[in-house]
Amino acid sequence: MALDDFKDIIHRCFRCGYCKFTSNYSDFNCPPYNKFRLETFSPGGRMWLIRAMMLKDIEPSQHLADILYTCTMCANCVEECRFKFHDNIVDIIMEGKASLVEAGVVPPSVRDFFKNIYTNGNPWKEPQKKRGDWAKDAGIPHYKKGDEYLFYVGCIGSYDQRVQKMARAFGQLLLRSGISFGILGEEEYCDGNEVLMMGEEGLFEYLALKNIELFKEKGVKKIVTLSPHAYNAMLNKYPGLGGDFEVVHYTELLKELITSGRLKIPGTRKMKVTYHDPCFLGRWNSIYDEPREVLDSVHGIELVEMKRNRENAFCCGGGGGNFYTDIIGGGEQSPSRIRSREAAETGADIISVACPTCMTMMEDGLKGEDLDHKIKLMDISEIVLSAIIDAGESI
Amino acid sequence: MKMAGDKDHVYEGLKTIVGDAFVSRDIEELYMYSRDPGASIPRNADWVVLPNTTDEVREIVVLAKDMKIPVVPISGGLTLSGLAVPVKGGIVMDMRRMDRIVEVNEMSRYVVVESGVSQGKLLSFLKENYPMLRHSMPDAPPAASVVGNTLIYGSGHLSKHGAHSEMINGLEVVLGDGEILRLGSLAVSPYWFGRAPLPDLVSLFVNWFGTTGIVTRLSLKLYPAHPLRDMLIFLVQDPGTIPEAVSRITATDLMEDVLIVASRPPKSPSVISLLTVYLTAETPEELDFKKELFVDMFKDFGKEGSKIVFTPKEMLPQKLVHGFMEEPQYAAATADFKKGGGFEYVGVVLPLSMVPVAWKKGEDIAKKHGFDPLYTVRNVGLGHSVVFAFAYPFNRADEKSLKRSRDALADTNDMALEIGGTPWKSELEGQARIMARMDPMVLSVMHGIKKVMDPEGIMNPGNWEHG
Repeated sequence: MALDDFKDIIHRCFRCGYCKFTSNYSDFNCPPYNKFRLETFSPGGRMWLIRAMMLKDIEPSQHLADILYTCTMCANCVEECRFKFHDNIVDIIMEGKASLVEAGVVPPSVRDFFKNIYTNGNPWKEPQKKRGDWAKDAGIPHYKKGDEYLFYVGCIGSYDQRVQKMARAFGQLLLRSGISFGILGEEEYCDGNEVLMMGEEGLFEYLALKNIELFKEKGVKKIVTLSPHAYNAMLNKYPGLGGDFEVVHYTELLKELITSGRLKIPGTRKMKVTYHDPCFLGRWNSIYDEPREVLDSVHGIELVEMKRNRENAFCCGGGGGNFYTDIIGGGEQSPSRIRSREAAETGADIISVACPTCMTMMEDGLKGEDLDHKIKLMDISEIVLSAIIDAGESI
Repeated sequence: MKMAGDKDHVYEGLKTIVGDAFVSRDIEELYMYSRDPGASIPRNADWVVLPNTTDEVREIVVLAKDMKIPVVPISGGLTLSGLAVPVKGGIVMDMRRMDRIVEVNEMSRYVVVESGVSQGKLLSFLKENYPMLRHSMPDAPPAASVVGNTLIYGSGHLSKHGAHSEMINGLEVVLGDGEILRLGSLAVSPYWFGRAPLPDLVSLFVNWFGTTGIVTRLSLKLYPAHPLRDMLIFLVQDPGTIPEAVSRITATDLMEDVLIVASRPPKSPSVISLLTVYLTAETPEELDFKKELFVDMFKDFGKEGSKIVFTPKEMLPQKLVHGFMEEPQYAAATADFKKGGGFEYVGVVLPLSMVPVAWKKGEDIAKKHGFDPLYTVRNVGLGHSVVFAFAYPFNRADEKSLKRSRDALADTNDMALEIGGTPWKSELEGQARIMARMDPMVLSVMHGIKKVMDPEGIMNPGNWEHG
């Protein structure tokens, strides 16, 4: 796609503002607009600015780049916009970013993100050979031909210490289920979803083709992803580049394993849990029930919803590369801190996540709010695993 | 108007007042705040600032006064007639950080809101926290502001109680010299329950478009929210019958809102006019009684070809029915009628009796400029007046289309004044047309008041200026 493909659509944004809200209009649900409150930071504002750039009424600038790159691509605007072109809003914003990439006007942190991924395969310049270190001593096998699933872990799961625990927990559950699977370890490469969302289409294509080639070479048919972001890229973008794999998110697979009886959860966890919907699982791919059904299958758990949930969930602020670039910034009105306060309002003991990006963002959010001692952050696999361990079962 | 020499001084001053994050003079913000979604030609802003408190508003106004710089408040920014787009440059003051619902008095049925509170937020807040209370919701998008809509004579789903401006209990206003006024009962009482029995100063800020002061808080009347809400739809065969029909309906005082919409649906050879009567009730029996009353009212109404035909909801497209029941109605859809992203309308406040004349003349104007008639007519009060909106969608990407809408708007303003109506929330051209016809004495008093209220001429200058 190119921005020009939307030239017959972009002027149709009326800037009526539905896109800013939840479906009942109670709150602003666009993270950058909620924080900055300037009309330019609203989805409609971005549409008008991108059109102005197309018309050359304004030039690409660092401030315009900041405005576009604060967008977390949470797709609340897609959900709430009432016009028929609503599906195209995030595509247009993505192409607006692509125009800035082409013009060479992006924030320095965005430039570093692209550069690091291109040269190192991950945003933090971590060595490729350490990509699989998280799985050492966990008994998680390397993928071999004939395995049913490739467990695709992604950059954050591979390198972030907190998220590594999440990856290990899911790996343990897969092992317990008896399913055949493996990881790629140091052969694994960035999935490219964020690169695409940040407008570097060439780099995305490079990464996607590299992954597709590798998966095919390995004989991969089914992929289970830890991250909803990787899930989105592999499910929706890879087929267009020749990568037709059966892709599931780990919560979908857990639900199937539990329902089919291949994964039994003998223990009980007496706790109140709230669940934070990841944007790329929920709004982008309409998966709302499976994570909740997995939580419901753990005896003793009381699931309590935050005020904004499912289609109305408030983004953690990490999407669109913001988990790395932090262009949307911190402070009391940062999305993860707002979300942490909402989680605390439920009275939950645990806030559960199903996304590595959300995990890192919410970890910071809870700390920023000084709530990390009051409410525990756990991934859904960790909760399931803890119930099994509580029951005295060995893994 | 003297533009201050030192733009940096203003910029730094604004940052000192509200903090760096809430001031901009970047080209992107100036571009955005120099235009609105209507058909007005863009006009430049020089700074954008977002205050968070009344005191910050006061400090900004004092800075603007000292520097002799225009200051233009914006809240929802959805008048479509450019009222919050600066005419003479200066500071655009975006009120949307001030979005607190300050107080609800359940027993006396009022709410105090800051000027950035959106219609959507208040609607949602009342539903969740005070389900027995509601405010009169306009059919503007939920992002429209409560204060802005109320100050410009908006009307909505409780139209039987009058225009929203008539629902004001009081205002907190920052004047052009930085003084703060609190009007209504709050002037003498801790309760903001009404305007009378005091000399009414509230009107000094209603329909003045921010030229006499910047409203920072407003106490608004609330009304009972009944558990049942429904509507009846009638097909209007002859617009000439509308005054009689609305008169009969409103004489009962049993409805909450009466709205007529007319448009030519896609593939339809002619314009369809539907009259909707909104009803609420405490019990199903009460609702049935009201429905029966109104259906019976029109059974023998009019001759063949000029009937008001009851149309059961089941016979209509359910999408349409759902749309009619929605709060707010999705009126913004008009913007996409030409797949062009824009529309503007002339709203005219008219005596009910003049609806058929306006209808016919509107058809002529629409035809002249290549439009199909696209009308909404809302009863205000108990038949005391109507707000008749003549809408003209345009394609934002096509300058000719925009011009066609502007020309139709101008003709409609002229027509409205000729037939004895008053254009509502008029854009600059409309204001000029109104003032050209205004009683000179009234115009003189208006300008006298403006001079007293805003001696430096900094409050949204260009609006209501004559000559």
